[in-house]
Amino acid sequence: MRKFFRRNTAGYVFLTPWLIGFFFLALGPILVSLYLSFTRYDMVSAPVWDGLGNYQYMFEYDRRFWKALEVTFTFVAFSVPLRLAAALGVAMLLDKGLRTIGLYRAIFYLPSLLGASIAIALLWREMFGLNGVINQVLSMVGITGKGWITDPDTSIYTIVVLAMWQFGSPMLIFLAGLRGIPRDLYEAAEIDGTSRFRQFRRITLPMLAPVIFFNLVLQTIEAFKTFTSAFIISNGTGAPADSLLFYTVYLFNEAFKFFRMGYASALAWVLLLIIAAFTALAFATSKYWVHYENERD
Amino acid sequence: MKTNVIEAAVIADPDARLAHEIKERQRVRDKRAKLLKHLFLIVLSFVMIYPLLWLVASSLKPENEIFGDLGLWPSRFEWSNYTEGWNALPVSFTVFYKNSAIVTVLSVIGNLLSCSFAAYAFARLKFNGRTFFFGLMMMTMMLPYHVVLIPQYVLFLNLGWVDTYLPLVVPRFLAADGFFIFLMVQFFRQIPRELDEAAMIDGCSPFKIYWAVILPLSLPAMGTAAIFSLIWVWEDFLAPLIYLNDVNSYTVPLALRMFIDQEGQSAFGQMFAMSVLSLVPVLIFFVAFQKLIIRGIATSGMK
Repeated sequence: MRKFFRRNTAGYVFLTPWLIGFFFLALGPILVSLYLSFTRYDMVSAPVWDGLGNYQYMFEYDRRFWKALEVTFTFVAFSVPLRLAAALGVAMLLDKGLRTIGLYRAIFYLPSLLGASIAIALLWREMFGLNGVINQVLSMVGITGKGWITDPDTSIYTIVVLAMWQFGSPMLIFLAGLRGIPRDLYEAAEIDGTSRFRQFRRITLPMLAPVIFFNLVLQTIEAFKTFTSAFIISNGTGAPADSLLFYTVYLFNEAFKFFRMGYASALAWVLLLIIAAFTALAFATSKYWVHYENERD
Repeated sequence: MKTNVIEAAVIADPDARLAHEIKERQRVRDKRAKLLKHLFLIVLSFVMIYPLLWLVASSLKPENEIFGDLGLWPSRFEWSNYTEGWNALPVSFTVFYKNSAIVTVLSVIGNLLSCSFAAYAFARLKFNGRTFFFGLMMMTMMLPYHVVLIPQYVLFLNLGWVDTYLPLVVPRFLAADGFFIFLMVQFFRQIPRELDEAAMIDGCSPFKIYWAVILPLSLPAMGTAAIFSLIWVWEDFLAPLIYLNDVNSYTVPLALRMFIDQEGQSAFGQMFAMSVLSLVPVLIFFVAFQKLIIRGIATSGMK
């Protein structure tokens, strides 16, 4: 018994802050959130048990819930592949034989560092406005612009562009991955006269698959969580015509504007399940397209 | 001299001449490809930083020039955007910067202490349940903040912490950000174990080993964690939005948002000026610690 204590004391002492945090800020809240999702709760009076009421309302009657899903899935479907493609393309350009890579790398990464800030969201709002700089550029080539943000058909793409602008962090991860591919593979292919495209398909893609997989999972989760830019650009409402009603924006408004905490908790749990499902799907299918080098047969 | 020899050889031997010609052509083609690549990258660089340049330019332009003029050079420099913007809101930006600085400094200290504690336990100490808890920690990294948001708010409300900085700072002292733990675990694992063992034989306690062996050898990882947490806390919007209601306790991002509500008064120049200033600390840290930041992402593979 004493031996058991001596063995474990140091570890648990060092782990104590994290353990407290885990129980009070993660595990506890997850369970409370699950409980609240079955109640009506306005923060003034105690939660009232409502069974599956919130979920039933959400799936059967709540048009804004479906709209929020549509907006968020559209955003994920466009922004993640575009961002990753840009990241991989530029990483491959930077990977081979350039001496000034440091400066380019810094410039391309900078937006990723600033992109989450309010300052950039405010800037985007004005750049894509009716008199914004985007329309001025377009008018130079003879295209009459419009209020890209005030038009519900185009507003979401301004945020897709904002997400694409931040391709820097997956680019850095791709660069690290490309460094790990042995050069002699390309040299051998070069001697065999293999075309560049074939080299990309037969060498780069398979060798990079684990990194692509990692980036894909991470970026998809990040995209589902997008909040600040949509919140600022739509001035907190999801307007125009709910076209910027990102899931997190809807959740925030239900919780902290209308104080429907029970319903917002149900929304949060659906989001958690969606993200978990996507992550699980990625992992379940990964064995078909991701091969780790050290387990090749 | 040497080239002459090669040339002589080339002239003498037609096969070698052909080979030389092919090589020469290849070199010219490579050079042209490289030039094109640079050209493309330069154009792309310009497109990438144009929004930022436009932001800086607009912050210095007179109000009527901001929209309707693509040029980046103001006809006259409107420095008053900065001086007036600083005091344009009901409370001066001096207060907002002070608030942001308090929250950021405390958060960074909290992150470094608590995350390095947990990372040391995970990477170096043996105890029952280590793998289990490490797995749980990795899972919390994936957890969307929105799922725990409401219960956390209820908790902090009941503790009477709303409208104080405690909800923003205390979680940092409880290692709430698994990303930093992960980053440090990766680094601690690379430190040779012989060092701990030698220190242990010398009678050092685990705390002494953490403090005198592991930490001093982990300055790059600690630096990376410090910079990232500084930038993220500085830019954080959601948590302050929820927990701070009194304008006097607003952080800089919340203050910036107040400019939209005043849009009727068309103070875009001032809004952009204050936006630029809010990015300056991030830019300074980026330029100063670029290497640490970029290596941090490449090795941990995050964000």
